[in-house]
Amino acid sequence: MSSETKQILTTDGIPLEISLKKAERKNKIKAFLLVAPLLLFLIITYIFPIGEMFTRSIDDKMITNMLPKTFKSMETWDGKELPPEEVFASFLSDFKILVDKKEHGKLAQRLNKEKNGFNTITKKLFRQVKRNKIDETQSIKEQIMKVHKRWRNVEYWQAIKRTAPPYTSAKYLKAMDMYLNEDNKITQVSEDRRIHRILWLRTVEVAFFVTVFCFLMGYPIAHLLATLPMKYSNLLMICVLLPFWTSLLVRTASWMILLQQQGVVNDFFVMIGLVADGNRPEMMYNKVGTYVAMTQILLPFMVLPLYSVMKTISPSLMRAGKSLGGTPFVAFWKVYFPLTIPGIGAGCLLVFILAIGYYITPALVGGASGTLISNQIAYHMKTTLDWSFASAMGLMLLGGVLVIYWLYNKLVGVDNIKLG
Amino acid sequence: MALPKYTETRYRIWHYFYIAICTFVFIFLIAPLFVIFPLSFNAEEFLVFSEGMKNLDPDAFSLRWYKDMVYGTKNPWGLAAKNSFIIAIFATLGSVILGTVAALGLSSRHMPFKGIIMATLISPMIVPLIISGVAIFFFMAKAGLAATHTGIVLAHIILGTPFVVITVTATLSGFDHSVTRAAASLGSNPVNTFMKVTLPLILPGVISGGLFAFVTSFDEVVVVLFLAGLENTTIPIQMWTGLREQLSPTILAVATCLIVLSTLILISAELLRRRSERLRGINR
Repeated sequence: MSSETKQILTTDGIPLEISLKKAERKNKIKAFLLVAPLLLFLIITYIFPIGEMFTRSIDDKMITNMLPKTFKSMETWDGKELPPEEVFASFLSDFKILVDKKEHGKLAQRLNKEKNGFNTITKKLFRQVKRNKIDETQSIKEQIMKVHKRWRNVEYWQAIKRTAPPYTSAKYLKAMDMYLNEDNKITQVSEDRRIHRILWLRTVEVAFFVTVFCFLMGYPIAHLLATLPMKYSNLLMICVLLPFWTSLLVRTASWMILLQQQGVVNDFFVMIGLVADGNRPEMMYNKVGTYVAMTQILLPFMVLPLYSVMKTISPSLMRAGKSLGGTPFVAFWKVYFPLTIPGIGAGCLLVFILAIGYYITPALVGGASGTLISNQIAYHMKTTLDWSFASAMGLMLLGGVLVIYWLYNKLVGVDNIKLG
Repeated sequence: MALPKYTETRYRIWHYFYIAICTFVFIFLIAPLFVIFPLSFNAEEFLVFSEGMKNLDPDAFSLRWYKDMVYGTKNPWGLAAKNSFIIAIFATLGSVILGTVAALGLSSRHMPFKGIIMATLISPMIVPLIISGVAIFFFMAKAGLAATHTGIVLAHIILGTPFVVITVTATLSGFDHSVTRAAASLGSNPVNTFMKVTLPLILPGVISGGLFAFVTSFDEVVVVLFLAGLENTTIPIQMWTGLREQLSPTILAVATCLIVLSTLILISAELLRRRSERLRGINR
């Protein structure tokens, strides 16, 4: 029997199995070739640059290339007492090259980041070198040590040695308000300088509460839309879809008008006597503004997945629940609600992912207490130009999002994303 | 949603409470858009309803800010609008072509590594915009495309294709592949089959994906902020600068125009969705 199946031939005399495999392979290549242009385009312009963000964030080659001889001679130095003559000599020769290339300022800046005080002593050494005050026939160690007392301090030489590896985790530690101290231990920065951890926490907090508000507001209206007759629900659906299609900046602008001190919301509060006219509450440029505006902007992303799940739930299930003796509340809680969980998962994770990377709205209505980690990334990209730090923070954020996305995929599946 | 006559009082109360919540949420969603509308016709320079406006005095309304938007000497809206449309149109074309072709491959049951490739293709939609902005900026800076229209168009193609891939893949899921085989058996080559048979059938999906791509590009500000120079300013960039510096009524005039535009897009998207559902035989 089995030998017979092997013998089946196509009309050209090739065994069927081989012929089928060939056709299969051809189809595979065809399908892949269709995807290839977009895939290639994205890999080159998008995936690869994200990888580059990583190398940029850990890159510390600049100083490694600046002091090659110094680091070579430091390899044998145990780092406990002042380094031997040889290290001083190679440091001086590296330094002279940098002076010729006018790059000693960059070195000072980089070393100063490692340990405060390098700026002054590098400048002093620079002046000595410029005036040719250092006599290479005598002990270089003695002469450098005379330039400034800090050159006699072993801690500064230890700091130089710490910068030797071409890679550093400093940017990631900085994003967590930490740094590596003299003994290579992770230490927290002093309390008054811990700004990033507050931002991370605030970002998660805002994303979490916006998700909760969106859920609380989105669930009832998704339910209403799914249970109303078509002709009414189509009309009400416009209320969800119009904001969805409207420019983000337009919606942010309208919230700025509504929430300002002389704005409509405050007028309304005064009119119904909730607040006194002279005592209008500040609702913009703080967290209230961020919450309100972000909730309205992200609400459609909660309603649409919920609606598409609720639409598939047959109303007879609720009737069955009630006829079996459940009160409407019990029927809802035990029958309807569990069936909507996939929609809840999709909506919540979608809103959370979008909220955690939000930038425009918090920057406009958030004020100082409303800025989030994305604003900090943009600030370092555009203002301080510390691109490696911006990359490090961006990748940390991306890591968080990928974890959430993985959860989303587990719960709902990427293919089930519904748009509009 | 009428309640049956035998409903108990507490459920009756609960029902009206539920309706009240829903009404509040709908107002919360839609009302902000309508505030802009009357204020953009304000005759005065302030962004509050003047006494005249509250009394519906015709003198309190004017087209002043619309005139300023079009003819204002200092206003860069003309250039911004031109740039926005050029960039959005090219970005949409690019996204639609790349995305549709990729979706055709992805829907084939022979496609290898489908999961990971799909994840890669839609990743620009999942990754927060700020990170995409940083990554795309690094690429464009290296390629010498920062502060050029080409660079922004390419960036928007990256951001727009996921929408096209998703909508077209969804349309293709209900696609009967025997029609393309029928075309092939009648002697049509693959390109001809695609143009004459497949494309007309999946067109609603392609167009609605294109609409998403258009809106994404037209509304995009985070990535453009990194990439744009003075020459490449777009409407969102101008709005962003305007909102940060001084909230002028001219911005509201622009916003009103944008709301009208998005209403048009919403209507076309809805019509397309219904048509494609009818074609797929889904009756909801």
